[in-house]
Amino acid sequence: MNGADGFFAMGGYATYVWSAYAVAAAVLIGVAASALFRARARRVELEALQAILGRERRR
Amino acid sequence: MVSSLHRFANPARFMRLSRVVLPWAAGLTLVLMPVGLWYALVASPAEYQQGDSVRIMYVHVPAAWMAMFVYGVMAAASAVALIWRHPLADIAARAASPIGAGFTFVALATGALWGQPMWGTWWAWDARLTSVLILFFLYLGHMAIYDAFDDPTKGARAAAILALVGAINVPIIHFSVDWWNTLHQPASVFRGDGPTIAASMLWPLGIMALAFKAYFVTILLVRMRSEINAAKIRGLRRAQAADSEIGLGAETSS
Repeated sequence: MNGADGFFAMGGYATYVWSAYAVAAAVLIGVAASALFRARARRVELEALQAILGRERRR
Repeated sequence: MVSSLHRFANPARFMRLSRVVLPWAAGLTLVLMPVGLWYALVASPAEYQQGDSVRIMYVHVPAAWMAMFVYGVMAAASAVALIWRHPLADIAARAASPIGAGFTFVALATGALWGQPMWGTWWAWDARLTSVLILFFLYLGHMAIYDAFDDPTKGARAAAILALVGAINVPIIHFSVDWWNTLHQPASVFRGDGPTIAASMLWPLGIMALAFKAYFVTILLVRMRSEINAAKIRGLRRAQAADSEIGLGAETSS
């Protein structure tokens, strides 16, 4: 076997090798996505809160 | 010494510093990951006994290293939090544990996927596998314990104590393959007489390990910044509540 077929077949270990890489990718991307999502939500909330408080204090 | 440590650990200073470091750490992750994957999946050779299943090593071993390294970071941060009561140390420990849990899960899952074709079993209750499973539960416990207390300061203290008590597990994991007869093979990269694996496999392993480390730094900084913003939000909400109470008091008294 050679070329792309050989690459995907992984010498008969395709199920194990690709599952291992899929699990690793899913976890690392999942952890990163949740961290970025939360960071963004908090930044937006903080900026909104600072804007409201700034207005109230000036009044 | 302590005062310089405190200056360094000042949250405002941390926000400035991390803003500079973050893009570099993220960029390094995004460069190293594809290079590491290319070496791991394409450029490196199949092993003569294990065939292509050896490629699982390039995610399994770095994930297992990081599982222990992140715990070390978390335990060190917890010690600083308990001794010097520095809020940034608590934030670092809290930010690290879900990342460590992720790495530990990857190590366990890829280990099972490697064990099945090589050992003929997904799982064995041997010392290495069991101690890593305990590590995973320590991370989950650390994540859960923060919310188990109404008072966040008490939650953080309990989590720090858990992290320090659990730190005993890290050397147990490391030496488990020497102390007990395990199905898991002994250390083959970091050992007294040098690595016992071929350079063609050491390279992809090293690049993937660096990529995982850069990933950890990136996500740790993102999560720490996010926790600091959350603390600021809580502070502002309290200030807002105090303001409206004063406002209310003024209205009723007039």
